[in-house]
Amino acid sequence: MFEGIQRGLSEALKKLRGRGRLTESNIRDGLREVRRALLEADVNFNVANDFINRVTERSLGQQVLARIDPSEQIVRIVYDELVKLMGPVDHSWRFAKDRPTVIMLCGLQGSGKTTTAGKLALTLKERGRKPLLVAADLQRPAAVDQLAVLGQQINVPVFTPEQLPSGTPRTPVDVCRAAVEYARRNLLDTVILDTAGRLHIADMPMEELKQIDRQTRPDQVFLVCDAMTGQDAVNSAKAFNEALELNGVILTKLDGDARGGAALSIKEVTRVPIRFIGVGEKLDRLEEFHPERMAQRILGQGDLMGLIEKVGRVQAELGQEELRRQQQKMAEGDFTLDDFRRQFDTLAKMGGVRDLLSRMPGGLAEMIPEGEDPETALKRIRGMIDSMTKEERRNPDIIDISRRRRIAAGSGTQPQEVKQFLIQFEQVRTLMRQMARMSMLDRLKMMVGLSKQGLFDPGARIKLKKGDTGHRKSAKERAEERKKKRRKKR
Amino acid sequence: MVFRALFEKIKQGLAKTRDLFSGVAALFRMKGRVDRNFLDELERRLYLADVGTVATSAIVERVRQAFLDKEITGDVETFVKAELRALLNAPLPGLNYAPSGPTVVMVAGVNGSGKTTSIAKLAYRCQNEGKKVIVAACDTFRAAAVEQLTIWSQRLGCDIVKAQQGADPASVAHDACEKAKARQFDVLIVDTAGRLHTQAHLMRELEKIRRVVSKQIDGAPHEVLLVLDATTGQNAITQAEIFTKTIQCTGIILAKLDGTAKGGAIFAIKQKLGLPVKFVGVGEQLADLEPFDPEAYVEALFTR
Ligand SMILES: Nc1nc2c(ncn2[C@@H]2O[C@H](COP(=O)(O)OP(=O)(O)OP(=O)(O)O)[C@@H](O)[C@H]2O)c(=O)[nH]1
Ligand SMILES: Nc1nc2c(ncn2[C@@H]2O[C@H](COP(=O)(O)OP(=O)(O)OP(=O)(O)O)[C@@H](O)[C@H]2O)c(=O)[nH]1
Ligand SMILES: [Mg+2]
Ligand SMILES: [Mg+2]
Repeated sequence: MFEGIQRGLSEALKKLRGRGRLTESNIRDGLREVRRALLEADVNFNVANDFINRVTERSLGQQVLARIDPSEQIVRIVYDELVKLMGPVDHSWRFAKDRPTVIMLCGLQGSGKTTTAGKLALTLKERGRKPLLVAADLQRPAAVDQLAVLGQQINVPVFTPEQLPSGTPRTPVDVCRAAVEYARRNLLDTVILDTAGRLHIADMPMEELKQIDRQTRPDQVFLVCDAMTGQDAVNSAKAFNEALELNGVILTKLDGDARGGAALSIKEVTRVPIRFIGVGEKLDRLEEFHPERMAQRILGQGDLMGLIEKVGRVQAELGQEELRRQQQKMAEGDFTLDDFRRQFDTLAKMGGVRDLLSRMPGGLAEMIPEGEDPETALKRIRGMIDSMTKEERRNPDIIDISRRRRIAAGSGTQPQEVKQFLIQFEQVRTLMRQMARMSMLDRLKMMVGLSKQGLFDPGARIKLKKGDTGHRKSAKERAEERKKKRRKKR
Repeated sequence: MVFRALFEKIKQGLAKTRDLFSGVAALFRMKGRVDRNFLDELERRLYLADVGTVATSAIVERVRQAFLDKEITGDVETFVKAELRALLNAPLPGLNYAPSGPTVVMVAGVNGSGKTTSIAKLAYRCQNEGKKVIVAACDTFRAAAVEQLTIWSQRLGCDIVKAQQGADPASVAHDACEKAKARQFDVLIVDTAGRLHTQAHLMRELEKIRRVVSKQIDGAPHEVLLVLDATTGQNAITQAEIFTKTIQCTGIILAKLDGTAKGGAIFAIKQKLGLPVKFVGVGEQLADLEPFDPEAYVEALFTR
């Protein structure tokens, strides 16, 4: 499968090798195989489509790197997005101090709840907890026996309905409530409720779950889901989450060859993190969930990790080279808009936008209106630079009113914004020249000082600029103006 | 009285199946021509029913060729349904009984798919046909699996052959065959432990059970039923492939069709392996098993 993805991408992108930019159409072609892979891995159809759109967007306009195949570059983006979507996972446990911690398991029939209850008990016991297993499935024949046998195997007490006083009602709700009380009295500090399997569309059984939830106030509610689940995973996960506010998902039966696309779908639709995976029937077969491994699994076999590392390395190397080159230019006081443009491309490749902002030597954050998506803002700036001629980029001083108008028209911005941007660029350039002349130590001091007092307000720092009187519109005001104008146009 | 209750139950089950196959109907109420939009929507709905890439592309492509740019009418609907139905093809209804002596039905599948429950339902069905049924508890591995089948056999009032947990499942199957022959049972249903098709040693164990059964009784096993969970996605295809290769499955029981999942992988399975669905499970009670009716299944796929 992974080979298929690679082949599809290489095919679509082979003309691009080493030059040009990734465009919408060549990316879409290339991603067809990725989409197919996701669907065959049982990622929900709608989730898969959204995902592909997101990857397309992220890939657009990326410079094709000379040293690697563009398809590899895209695979890296796909992988990064998958990991981002399925993570992060907080593997820490939180336990109540003054009362038993209650963990509740729920899910469809046969998903693996009872087995997982045993697995959790074993894990917790190994961490020094004193668990109590609670047999709250009074539905399935021999469900109580099943849990009792598991408890015996790992030497963990099991609370069964028979322990309720005779003559009192023994509904699952009663059992759970009494079990928590039993744990409190017997100094057992972790209660694990094994509930009966049920359909998310069955009203009464779902109501029963809500009652158990209300009466025992679990600290953690886990949905136990079969990794082989197909498109329906989103429906059941959504319903269980709406009924119970899940804290986590446990994906079982991952020891087979199911690709586990459900992991992606569930996380995307419910935002509930996957916490554990079941990798066997035996009780020691429970592992923490790792988004990286899951991403790899969803994309299929093959040397994905090797590729991911390679692309990362090349990007980092190129980034370093580029930064060094730019620093050199800065030192020579020769920093042009082209360099500026390249710098944020380079940085963008090395990390997310937020990260990028924190690495830019100044001015950028100020250029981004409050409340506007930084990506959009950066695209606008990039658009402005791209609408300039070579000459203008090298020597922005020649940009007069009529050139500003042309640039604005070319980039879908306002002439005023272009002007504002150029002023800010000039400030950045001045700052850089100053920095380039400083010793390393002074440079560091300056950076530290800058970041402390607002790195992105070079205007406040460099009071060199004169003649800039009048009201300087804030980024917010500008954004509002832009909105108004847009409305007028319609 | 009993019959009436039973009839109601089956009717309910059928209604349940229909209800939950909702969705595609609205497609044919779309106005206009069969265009990219219509085909995308058809594709989306088939995917959401787990029909999968291969079968979905095939169906969408055929509709495209036949109807592109034509008005959306009842013809399109009839065509799509006919295509889907053709992919399923009617299997022989019901079980393939042995001409004489006990009929052996072996049941297998991945963990938790619904084997044991389906066996209880199947036994109930056979009993209602007047057959004398015995079940064999060959899942000697999972905690309380034997107890689970025992409880069902008690409810059914049918015989059961079992051994200690951890016993050799093939030897339980052997004993069950002996007993079925000696005591003239009509039907022997063999429960097996859930196993993932990737576990080679467990697949060999299954093979062994089959071999033992076939040595004991002529023509046995007469049916080898693979229980698939309707919520399972594309992995069902690999399951069917490997189980069939190992123990020559003769049919599928598609369990848990009473949820919102549709089990659309059966299209690809039928295409690839010729393996038909024989029964569908629509609940957790004894009466919640129905013979598979491709007509109704496809119809249900399209009615709200
Ligand atoms: N291979 C494998 N099998 C598992 C795993 N977890 C559970 N199982 C098996 O899946 C089957 C169903 O597990 P149970 O724990 O009984 O499932 P359940 O959700 O409690 O089922 P109900 O109570 O009937 O809803 C059993 O055969 C288990 O041994 C796993 O991680 N890997
Ligand atoms: N809603 C619904 N639940 C079902 C159906 N068939 C089985 N179940 C439930 O699914 C769960 C698992 O069923 P089992 O019959 O124990 O499954 P199994 O394949 O024997 O499981 P293992 O032996 O552990 O591999 C139980 O809770 C059953 O009640 C069905 O058609 N609909
Ligand atoms: Mg259970
Ligand atoms: Mg079973």
